[in-house]
Amino acid sequence: MSIHTQDPAGHAARPAWAWHAGVVAFVILWFAIYKQLPALSEWLTALLPVDRFSPTGEALAFFLYDAPKVIMLLALIVFAMGVVRSFFSPEKTRALLSGKREGVGNVMAASLGIVTPFCSCSAVPLFIGFVSAGVPLGVTFSFLIAAPMVNEVAVILLWGLVGWKVAVVYLIFGLGIAIVAGWVIGRFHLEGWLQDWVKEIHLGSAASALPEEDLTMIDRYRQGIASVRDIVGKIWIWILAGISLGAIIHGYVPQEAMVSIMGSGAWWSVPAAVVVGIPMYTNAAGIIPIVEALLDKGAALGTVLAFMMSVIALSLPEMLILRKVLTTRLIAVFVGVVGSGILMVGFLFNAIF
Amino acid sequence: MKIIKVLGSGCKNCETTAELIARKAADAGTDVTVEKVTDMGTIMAYGVMSTPGVVIDEKLVHMGGVPKPEQVDAWVKA
Repeated sequence: MSIHTQDPAGHAARPAWAWHAGVVAFVILWFAIYKQLPALSEWLTALLPVDRFSPTGEALAFFLYDAPKVIMLLALIVFAMGVVRSFFSPEKTRALLSGKREGVGNVMAASLGIVTPFCSCSAVPLFIGFVSAGVPLGVTFSFLIAAPMVNEVAVILLWGLVGWKVAVVYLIFGLGIAIVAGWVIGRFHLEGWLQDWVKEIHLGSAASALPEEDLTMIDRYRQGIASVRDIVGKIWIWILAGISLGAIIHGYVPQEAMVSIMGSGAWWSVPAAVVVGIPMYTNAAGIIPIVEALLDKGAALGTVLAFMMSVIALSLPEMLILRKVLTTRLIAVFVGVVGSGILMVGFLFNAIF
Repeated sequence: MKIIKVLGSGCKNCETTAELIARKAADAGTDVTVEKVTDMGTIMAYGVMSTPGVVIDEKLVHMGGVPKPEQVDAWVKA
């Protein structure tokens, strides 16, 4: 079953060709505007009564360039992924994963985590739905780790703001952590550490009662538009907050201070970054402008990646939600295993780069 | 009288769904009771993995998000 969101008001029968043409025209227009953004932001900054090369000028230029850029990238990607996600559903994913062996199952679960529509408010029913349908616990964890961490928003924003190499590294190691951490949790055989009521749940027969809907391509476009409205509407404030903080770092934090705290010379900065990241609750869109500014000022790549992964994958609110189904011991194992994986990625990258 | 249950942990989409159904039912002049079901065991018993789900007279009709207005119109038709 796919996500249904309210339709736009005027959705009278528009012919299919008009939709396809509209989407193509929109994408062309998007690229035309996107190409002009650097010039546009410099022009806007020049209008302001500040010295372009003062800290304030730097911060303002950073903000005026990044804010439209991030919002535009986000709109395009969220639309594309909304269309892609309409081909997937938690039910299909569960059917693909149930009874899968560990190993192969972990790899599939982490990959499906990227494309399956998932909202953290559904984390609990989804978790129970997976486990009670015979998806191994470790495989379920691979899915739950990958779904928020390796999402299109994170990867594309990294690509646009920091560069494609960092984006690819993040994608590969994010998937790697989800696969390995899920596999390790599976090896511990902790099924007994679920909350008691979860073990007693039996899926109702209604599980397969709803037939799959036949969606036309136009329905899928509509879902793409709906997810843009939904996601961008929800996170724009986080993005602006992130970019503002990034702009302040960009304009005011001296390079030497950053290098001494978050440079690769400071070994303790990786664990510190992970610990600081846990109680922080934002999403990829809010954190990446900060990542960009930190890297720009000479923070080490491994430290910054560890910070970002920790903020996204180990969030306190999500743990509180999962507390309903997992015992505290199991949550501790989850945090321990995923945290160790993030630490290793952080140290590895600081050593290599 | 129809008994309509909205299944969900109390997130915003679930509230929106319940309100939408109540409003559409009032518009259509249909006598319905809208109940919100938040108990996870009960939700799972209907086989719902992505919330909100909608159950009409014990039959699951929808899950995975806020339903479209046209769908709701069809549900509350007398």
